[in-house]
Amino acid sequence: MTFFSKGRMIFAGLAVGIIAALMNVLGNPANMGVCIACFYRDITGALGFHRAAVVQYLRPEIMGIALGAFIAALLFGDFRARGGSASLVRFLLGAFVMIGSLAFLGCPVRALLRLAGGDLNGITALLGIVAGALVGIYFLKNGFNLGRAEKTYTPAGWLMPVIMFGLLLLAIGVPKFIFVSESGPGAAHAPIIISLLAGLIIGFLAQRTRMCFVGGWRDLFLVKDSYLFGGIAAFLVGAFLINAITGNINFGFEGQPVAHANHLWNFLGMALTGLAATLLGGCPLRQTIMASEGDIDSGITIMGMIAGAACSHNFMLASSPEGPGEFGPVAVIIGLIFACAVGLLMKENINWTVSKTSKNISH
Amino acid sequence: MIEIDVRGFACPIPVIKTKKAMESNPDKPLTVIVESSVSKENVTRLAKSKGYAVKDQGESLLLEPNTP
Repeated sequence: MTFFSKGRMIFAGLAVGIIAALMNVLGNPANMGVCIACFYRDITGALGFHRAAVVQYLRPEIMGIALGAFIAALLFGDFRARGGSASLVRFLLGAFVMIGSLAFLGCPVRALLRLAGGDLNGITALLGIVAGALVGIYFLKNGFNLGRAEKTYTPAGWLMPVIMFGLLLLAIGVPKFIFVSESGPGAAHAPIIISLLAGLIIGFLAQRTRMCFVGGWRDLFLVKDSYLFGGIAAFLVGAFLINAITGNINFGFEGQPVAHANHLWNFLGMALTGLAATLLGGCPLRQTIMASEGDIDSGITIMGMIAGAACSHNFMLASSPEGPGEFGPVAVIIGLIFACAVGLLMKENINWTVSKTSKNISH
Repeated sequence: MIEIDVRGFACPIPVIKTKKAMESNPDKPLTVIVESSVSKENVTRLAKSKGYAVKDQGESLLLEPNTP
């Protein structure tokens, strides 16, 4: 049980919260620290999959997290190539995790970071995550699951770590085809080596402890298990401490950095993220970690998140400090309908394979 | 012996399946066939919180209700 004790989780949560808040001081956008959704969105932009000029940068934190988790998984024997569980459903749920996050302007990690910086919209977001997780729990209790994954070829499991290493090389070399923001949040970043180191440490700790910013809420309500929640609480405390020391706390709803104060869409956006992440079995950080442990279903989910980020900016879904994007609310509602349909219809006690009219078909 | 196969499922499905089996078979020992270390840890934590003794048998976990 060595690494699964609550004490270790609280230590890891504190450490990750401290690192995330320090990244604000070291150059990353305010209250963004290591926002997983924001950083995939920036990577999507850097690759030119969307052309929002202010959010394009290959964030080395993401590659660090993936590679840190990969090293930890190899060292501790947790690497197992596996996949094949409802890939397309996962891809789309991943896209909606991103669309919901970009309606709020942050993933479940940034919801805490914003709160730790005094941005009270973080509370609305947390309420949304909890609401989404509760709906997800309802589906889980009623037999929902995405189906079994199978063991697969080890090299298939290596793909995501290799892709992440490739992205890291692009971040270092910055060839001509990579887009780099000259202003806006994409232009605010810590030195590359610091970003990478921060990511490596976070990835290592998150892999060892199974830290998850949606799973913590889920387990609290589903099985009254506070192990993962300990990491969330400790993360908030760690980030808050650093912000207090560095004088980066400014309480209020209005005028917060890279944020808007439309409560309805902050809440519903994060409800979508919370629900989709509960159905997927983990938040964007956890998906990144699992993809590094050989879970190619999580790899597909990450590809879905990248597609979701591209859609968000190409189709005017993503919010801005002025408020929700023109088509953002419609996309969030479509996402909620899709996620509920997945939760309701993908159940073991519904037998989709047997036709009632044909005697010859069996499963 | 009641056997639950949770191989291939990601968390929290193994925990939910185990919990359901506990609820429909109170005070009976259960065997949970499990492959990943994460699932093993999660099912073990659940079982201990529900008053079961847990024996790791490699490919599976044997959960035995603690006699009062």
